[in-house]
Amino acid sequence: MSTATHSLPRTIGAHAILITYTAIALFPVILVVMNSFKSRAGIFGAPLTPPTPKTFDLIGYTTVFGQGDFFHYFQNSLVVTVASLFFVLLFGAMASFALSEYRFRGNTLMGLYLALGIMIPIRLGTVAILQLMVASGLVNTLTALILVYTAQGLPLAIFILSEFMKQVSNDLKNAGRIDGLSEYTIFFRLVLPLVRPAMATVAVFTMIPIWNDLWFPLILAPSEETKTVTLGAQLFLGQFVTNWNAILAALSLAILPVLILYVIFSRQLIRGITSGAVK
Amino acid sequence: MDTETMAAETRAKRPIRWHVGVFLAPAVLVYTAIMILPLFGTLQLSLFRNIEQSQVFVGFSNFRTLFGDPNWSVNFWNALRNNVWFFIIHMLVQNPIGILLAALLSSPKLRFTAFYRTAIFVPTILSFVIVGFAWKLILSPIWGVAPHLMDFVGLKSFFTPWLGKEQYALTALSLVSVWQFVGIPMMLIYAALLSIPDEVIEAAECDGVTGMAQFWKIKLPLILPSIGIISILTFVGNFNAFDLIYTAQGALAGPNYSTDILGTFLYRAFFGFQLQVGDPNMGAAIATIMFLIILAGVCVYLFLVQTRLRRYQF
Amino acid sequence: MKTKLLTALLLGTSILGTGILGTTGMALAEDVTLNIESWRGDDLTIWKDKLIPAFEAKNPGIKVVFAPSAPTEYDAALGAKLAAGSAGDLITCRPFDKSLELFKKGNLADISSLPGMDNFSPVAKAAWQTDDGKSSFCVPMASVIHGFIYNKDAFDKLGLKVPTTNEEFYAVLDKIKADGTYIPMAMGTKDLWEAATMGYQNIGPNYWKGEEGRAALIKGEQKLTDPQWVEPYKELAKWKPYLGDGFEAQTYPDSQNLFTLGRAAIYPAGSWEIGLFNTQAQFKMGAFPPPVQKAGDTCYISDHTDIGMGLNAASKHPEEAKKFLSWVASPDFATIYANALPGFFSLNSTPVKMEDPLAQEFVSWRGKCKSTIRSTYQILSRGTPNLENETWVESANVINGTDTPEAAAKKLQDGLDSWYKPAK
Repeated sequence: MSTATHSLPRTIGAHAILITYTAIALFPVILVVMNSFKSRAGIFGAPLTPPTPKTFDLIGYTTVFGQGDFFHYFQNSLVVTVASLFFVLLFGAMASFALSEYRFRGNTLMGLYLALGIMIPIRLGTVAILQLMVASGLVNTLTALILVYTAQGLPLAIFILSEFMKQVSNDLKNAGRIDGLSEYTIFFRLVLPLVRPAMATVAVFTMIPIWNDLWFPLILAPSEETKTVTLGAQLFLGQFVTNWNAILAALSLAILPVLILYVIFSRQLIRGITSGAVK
Repeated sequence: MDTETMAAETRAKRPIRWHVGVFLAPAVLVYTAIMILPLFGTLQLSLFRNIEQSQVFVGFSNFRTLFGDPNWSVNFWNALRNNVWFFIIHMLVQNPIGILLAALLSSPKLRFTAFYRTAIFVPTILSFVIVGFAWKLILSPIWGVAPHLMDFVGLKSFFTPWLGKEQYALTALSLVSVWQFVGIPMMLIYAALLSIPDEVIEAAECDGVTGMAQFWKIKLPLILPSIGIISILTFVGNFNAFDLIYTAQGALAGPNYSTDILGTFLYRAFFGFQLQVGDPNMGAAIATIMFLIILAGVCVYLFLVQTRLRRYQF
Repeated sequence: MKTKLLTALLLGTSILGTGILGTTGMALAEDVTLNIESWRGDDLTIWKDKLIPAFEAKNPGIKVVFAPSAPTEYDAALGAKLAAGSAGDLITCRPFDKSLELFKKGNLADISSLPGMDNFSPVAKAAWQTDDGKSSFCVPMASVIHGFIYNKDAFDKLGLKVPTTNEEFYAVLDKIKADGTYIPMAMGTKDLWEAATMGYQNIGPNYWKGEEGRAALIKGEQKLTDPQWVEPYKELAKWKPYLGDGFEAQTYPDSQNLFTLGRAAIYPAGSWEIGLFNTQAQFKMGAFPPPVQKAGDTCYISDHTDIGMGLNAASKHPEEAKKFLSWVASPDFATIYANALPGFFSLNSTPVKMEDPLAQEFVSWRGKCKSTIRSTYQILSRGTPNLENETWVESANVINGTDTPEAAAKKLQDGLDSWYKPAK
């Protein structure tokens, strides 16, 4: 690699832009977390200063922990998100492989059919979905949520993954066929590892709306046993709307687990993107 | 070209290709049962009307009401206009910033990129509940974070209660949405930039094309397909948007409907709000129109943009 | 290798997930469990700790679960659940048309003959009856009264007297403003409904003469563009200089905090604030009814039937649910409820003894002023555009100064005219 492209001023400039933007991105989060550790007077009096011994107060957290089983809500969210993600990735990759690899009658039509779902918010189907879940006795189970989120995530997953599947070289697959590998082996052993970056992207895209969804937990699984963390936090907000200590503490508690998960996953994600990049 | 036809021929020889079905079946089944059937169940409601507690087929009369009755059409055009503005801001602010950040991050030898990348993506993983609430706090004239900060840089006189002013509220919220989602174009473009073969870059450098020129002439054309995908995702996302406006401004999308977009308009019509009783038939009519708008956008992308971009693929 | 590990992990978690799912389904005991749908998340602890134990102690074998959702999602979520048949047994009712609609759809059962319904006056029941008054579908629970809550310490410090007329009201505001220690009035327009409910519906009855004007509006004898309906908007437009900086972006919780932190002197209120303010404010509070135009005028207050409870027609345990509703209609319930939630005034005909002085102050106005309900709630919000929702938007516009009182009134009347044809 040549060094000519990276003069010192340019590097400094790049860092300056990135640092500025990082500050913008993190500021609101830091503000919320920081103030959650302060007393009510501290929050209103000096929102921008970190907690001092005088303003330090854990009253918000005591309120939150006295109110609901946030750890249990968090567990529910985790189960729903991970399971839906798994099915979206598996089913989505399989379907997009079929669409991009094989020519069969109705291929384009099938592609369009599967993409329809991107265009209408699934929220509109709520009543029919709820009826379906009531009929099958799945109301107030996490399975109902997993099914809905899998269906919701599939169209976009297929849309993105087919783009990438088309780029996988034909020579590789044909070499595999000549070696007598079955289509399933070709898919799982040869193609899947190559589209890993795309899978990581889809994973992130799919994960966020699922984790953060408020609507379907509210409709399909509002019971105490199946409440997700977002729903728990929203109810809490409604209940303590003027108690900013409690609210900021609840928000911090809703942010931190995702943040930790994300930091762990982001390594995987980036490694997936970089090592799997089609070169 | 040759391998293509050869492959096609070998494939054609197989009698019944069960595996195609096996690959497609799970996705198609789940998707059809849980998404398509309920959605079309809803959309067909737009052709009916509730008269005396029973659904009566009325043809396109709901659409005539939507476009002909000023009580509906004024709100509809207002929401559509706002939605277009919402989309324009995302295209003009979110995507260029995303590309810029990705370009900076992908420069080799830059340190701390892992940190920047992680940090800049953080807002994207936050729920709307958190984003809406945090920004309401920051922009609140009562709490004073924004006026305080602007005071530091001597701009305090420019502070106004943006979220409460008709002329600024929508733009302010669009920018909050940009803040939240800029990580997505950044990640996608970043992945695309990394997948540019080293040989291409090296060849360019041999020809003396470096720095900015290299980005504009070599890299940008190569990542155009990704930019295309991002644009269409932004389009679809923006025209389906709802949550941020709803959490920050409420279902009436105040002040004076200035932040009303199609999603909030649809929500009020379909589910009702406060004393307004939900009207699933009119809601379905609005949803159908939204569906058609998005469908049109996606078709433009698929048939015009994408086919042209194909040339650049490697 | 990594992929395999990850896949295995994912699979493991999903199996674990199904394990958890399996166990949740088994929590069915022999007791009958009744679920209450409600938007009153704030009352969760009161239901959990006081009301439900009191009922369960007397009715062994019936378990009651209070399952609130956020007020903004309540109606949409409830509608979907009722349509699909997964809603709770007991439904907390909004007043008038919203619940009437549910009754007409067959979602709420007719409970006219429920034991205990005769504990309520016809006025109390009117909010949850068919237009002909023949069938009732919800047990009235409480009403809320509008007025102004003020910071007594601030008034004492500035030597202010509680205003009774408009003139005195503005004089007091001017004095607070001139002094500068306090924001004269804590109200924002960001959430829209504050402007309509705490503003227009609060001071309005004095102008349209309460029930008289409301009935005339429904009959079509008065229009929203008539002076008695525009006048309150003119008053609201005058409020602007007395509100805090940036009131356009001030939310409802912002207003509450401004007042309870002692930064504002007067709070245009609904009585439901009392409970919260008692726990948060560090100063003495008082209340006064909306000031009249001239000394000696009859005063009118908005005493709005706000909350009731009905029976889901599809409930699997109607007998137990009716037992619960009868209890809700009893003086026992009224006493616990009104005292646990000062500011939610019982509609029960049996007088309830309340301990809270601020609540007593509010309720004492019933003796000297004439009561009415919010003008937009009955009949007038059945069509599109919805009068109540439009009133929110226009009231905020008037205070923001983006619409004149006359223009706002005209918009509302035009909207109403487009679908409402009063019976001649």
